[in-house]
Amino acid sequence: MPDQGPPVAIRGDLDTTVRSLMSELDALSRIIADARQEVAALRADDSDIADIPGATDELAAIVSHTAQATHEILDSCEALETVSARVGDADAEVLQGAITRIYEACSFQDITGQRIAKVVAALQAVERRIARARQGLPDRLPIVAATASLLNGPQLPGNGISQSAIDALFD
Amino acid sequence: MSIDRNMKVLVVDDYKTMTRIIRNLLKQIEFNETDEASDGHEALAKLRAGNFGLVISDWNMQPMTGLDLLKEVRADARLKHLPFIMVTAESKTENVVAAKQAGVSNYIVKPFNAETLRDKIEKVLVHA
Repeated sequence: MPDQGPPVAIRGDLDTTVRSLMSELDALSRIIADARQEVAALRADDSDIADIPGATDELAAIVSHTAQATHEILDSCEALETVSARVGDADAEVLQGAITRIYEACSFQDITGQRIAKVVAALQAVERRIARARQGLPDRLPIVAATASLLNGPQLPGNGISQSAIDALFD
Repeated sequence: MSIDRNMKVLVVDDYKTMTRIIRNLLKQIEFNETDEASDGHEALAKLRAGNFGLVISDWNMQPMTGLDLLKEVRADARLKHLPFIMVTAESKTENVVAAKQAGVSNYIVKPFNAETLRDKIEKVLVHA
């Protein structure tokens, strides 16, 4: 028996759905075309665009300067540790406690460095996408290809789990 | 059970400041025999060449991550029982679970303090 397709009532519903989908696709297509025109109209010397490479350089410099400063703080701590070995027990204990707290606090450089690296990667991705869009090339690359194999880095407060929750997984 | 504080500890992190901080903290709790590596490949080579008693590793490193290093260690007949602590900013539950499934001995989330480091080291070495 030949296939007569869906009943008329269902076919009517399908036609409406298809028309609605086509309309949505047309609207999306117009939005993309408009966005492409706007991006193509951007000039490389437009301040918003021209600032991106500079911004990434500035952020990289922050990481470099904080690393340098942290090493200098650690140099000073190590010098203090040699002194603490030559003073009395009570003073040595106070010194060691203070040095430990400085070491703990210095781990900020690792956390801020990872956060800034994420921002740099995002800015570089925006820069690459704008450059590709201006050339009219298809965009087939993932947004942050260079760091795709890495994880998310430091979580914002409330997004990760606490050390005590992690401990519970190991108890 | 006493802990052998003369054992060699390998600290693995691509941030030089972090390896320096951890090594200094280890020194404060009397682990003086420490060495460092800046990624998983370098760490694995050092572990296979040397006689280490503990690994303290970051997760986010390239080209070989801390998780990949952990898997390589657990797959190596000579290293598979080596205590391995992950010290990382990755605090998503799925990451902790993935590390545990791969055989991590304990997991410390950054930023951490000296007390937490000492506590976890003692815990894994007592159970090693």
